[in-house]
Amino acid sequence: MEAVQETTSTKDIAEIAKEPVEAKELTGSEALLEALVIEGVDTIFGYPGGAIMPIYDALFDYGDKLNHILVRHEQGGIHAGQGYARTSGKVGVVFATSGPGATNLVTGLADAQIDSTPLVCITGQVFAHLLGTDAFQETDVINITTPVTKWNYQVTDANEIPEVIAKAFYIARSGRPGPVLVDITKNAQVQKFNYKGYTPCNHIRSYRPKPIVRAKYVQQAAELINQAKKPFVIWGQGVILGGAEQEFKTFIEKSGIPSAWTILGAGAIPTDHPLSVGMLGMHGNYGPNVLTNECDVLIAIGMRFDDRVTGRLDKYAKQAKVVHLDIDPAEIDKNVKTTVPVWGDCKETLPMLTELVEQKTHTEWLNKFHDYMQQEVDTVIHTELNPTTPELTMGEVIRELNELTHGDAVIVTDVGQHQMVACRYAQLNKTRSNITSGGLGTMGFALPAAIGAKFGAKDRDVIAIIGDGGFQMTLQELGTIMQTGIDVKIIILNNHFLGMVRQWQELFNRRRYSFVDIDSPDFVKLASAYGIPGKLIADRAELPAVLKEMMDTKGSFLLEVSVTKENNVFPMVPQGCSVAEIRLK
Amino acid sequence: MAEELNLLKMSNQDIKEEFNITVYTENQIGLLNRIAIIFTRRKINFDSLNTSPSEVDRIHRFNIVITETEDVVRKLCRQIEKQVEVLKVYYHTNEDVIWQEMALYKVSTDVIAEKVSVERLLRENGARAVVIRKDYTVFETTGHREETDNLISILQPYGLIEFVRSARVAIIKDSEGFNAKLREFERLEPGEDVIENEFLNDGDKVFTM
Repeated sequence: MEAVQETTSTKDIAEIAKEPVEAKELTGSEALLEALVIEGVDTIFGYPGGAIMPIYDALFDYGDKLNHILVRHEQGGIHAGQGYARTSGKVGVVFATSGPGATNLVTGLADAQIDSTPLVCITGQVFAHLLGTDAFQETDVINITTPVTKWNYQVTDANEIPEVIAKAFYIARSGRPGPVLVDITKNAQVQKFNYKGYTPCNHIRSYRPKPIVRAKYVQQAAELINQAKKPFVIWGQGVILGGAEQEFKTFIEKSGIPSAWTILGAGAIPTDHPLSVGMLGMHGNYGPNVLTNECDVLIAIGMRFDDRVTGRLDKYAKQAKVVHLDIDPAEIDKNVKTTVPVWGDCKETLPMLTELVEQKTHTEWLNKFHDYMQQEVDTVIHTELNPTTPELTMGEVIRELNELTHGDAVIVTDVGQHQMVACRYAQLNKTRSNITSGGLGTMGFALPAAIGAKFGAKDRDVIAIIGDGGFQMTLQELGTIMQTGIDVKIIILNNHFLGMVRQWQELFNRRRYSFVDIDSPDFVKLASAYGIPGKLIADRAELPAVLKEMMDTKGSFLLEVSVTKENNVFPMVPQGCSVAEIRLK
Repeated sequence: MAEELNLLKMSNQDIKEEFNITVYTENQIGLLNRIAIIFTRRKINFDSLNTSPSEVDRIHRFNIVITETEDVVRKLCRQIEKQVEVLKVYYHTNEDVIWQEMALYKVSTDVIAEKVSVERLLRENGARAVVIRKDYTVFETTGHREETDNLISILQPYGLIEFVRSARVAIIKDSEGFNAKLREFERLEPGEDVIENEFLNDGDKVFTM
């Protein structure tokens, strides 16, 4: 994964920080909020509680600088922070209290850790003298969150706050981004200390955000690429995190290499780019999967060879030389053996590579991808997008939606069948348009993440596409929509099943449908209780008009679409199979 | 021939052996846990773990011993090195380090006094008395695992009361220490240190197509 684009340039921050600050008495809480303001934070997602009350008391006076969004559950808060970070490219900031408040963050931390999302989470903690006494709402937050944070730290003295917050932001956004948690004991929040200003951090002795780029390897990679007859590029979120979309586009256009994306890489270049040949992975496109095992040089850019992408590893691209561009040295050779590792931020390495590769077109090879795509269209896509069955399909909803958004909207998805369908068929013209829980597969992600995504990109349409199962996991965040009046369009694709698990049970467990039959409340009535307009449709003829009504509505709207109950997502690489064994039905 | 070599390489990779992992770190609360969970998450047990100061003031040094394949050890080291407060990680086989473990043995003083042979055995095994009391004597010996183990079996017939062995400490034979490395780390620019890649080490062979 690549470094996050620093929207608030460190130079700006440095200049603000350089303004002479007279040493003054501040409480730890005030110093924290000062730090957030200087870091350019504008939005905080949070939920108050006993151990974080001093911070909330200080926040009362920062209303003009820091917009605090009161969520309905801390998990909703952290997913909103993730959505915000993913659309804005900035660090998401989340507040929670000690004990249950902090433990409710854990799912979001794990999600942000595996999907490299920059977050700074501030949790309150009991007074330092009570640590380890099983005090009210005391949990060992640092040890609970250690495996799911890039870095965490417990502050017990207000004097530490400026430096620790500076480190937290630097670590969260630099290199391969990730979540950071700072746990602040209540005594440190109220403690007055001699505040000498805030200096942003840009160096930690023991921390290498990015490895040094070695020209030798770039050259070797270029040699391999130039000799290749069937080169194939696979790219991931690293391109987006590194802000290297343009550099990436220039590279593939010069080298003429067919390129496929991982789910988190989607949208780095427009989905209809002539060299974009589709999605990789278990429910990716036919050609990219089959031809992974036919290419002669595989160029992986800012991606980590997740098992959902590689399928069976000992039969994955064995014929190919592998070039791997990544900012995280631990990713090199982790799953797939690399022939040439190109360590570094792809924002730097891609232009170097572009310089050295020959201008080429690989027409015959590219046509092979088109041939496979045609087969996929004939067998799967056409029926999914233009069904003749009485019931609606998930695919046709996405197709109709594309007509209205023209690919300009931010698409936020939850986890399951609808996610795969949306990511396969949604048209994405802009980067930072596909917000989904990729690595962790967190059901309940989409609704809160969509709220955050909208706060991170207020000028864009944000559409949350959610299944009936996932929606019921975090539907309390409708309250956040109600209270903030934020504009999020919600589409629930309701197949009355936990569809992905049902699909597996159908295919691999002899249709033994074990606890996948799920009832739902009247979602439209539910939305209405929160003052959100909504509609339920099951009829194809109504779809275009209702979708348009949704998009034209000022403010949020909930559209429930009743879709075919037992539809399967294809193609599919069954677990334990090679990518070449992808099934079309 | 090339294929045979490949096979040999493959099989070498699959063989588990003892590796000594040396980790240079900042001295920070919670870092031990951060490093430990990298192993426990993968259900790998520590044979030995020692933390101590290093040759550089305020820099800590972990000595970890595990029995694993080199491939796994390499991946673990990269995960450790990724931690914010970790400066550098090295791994070595037993041949590449000079290592010692210390052991203490408590034996009844009466037995020692009665049986002259015990004293001789202790001397032969390089043990020395640390404490001599009326009721018991504590011996200490330092050496490789086999040596400290050996003394257990020797003392067992004479009523070994208590035994304890320390974690392993190891010095890397081929190392110039961490002072120079640290100066490099203190510069803003990242280091030039190359992470080994077995394919690149094969040089030209890889690039013939």
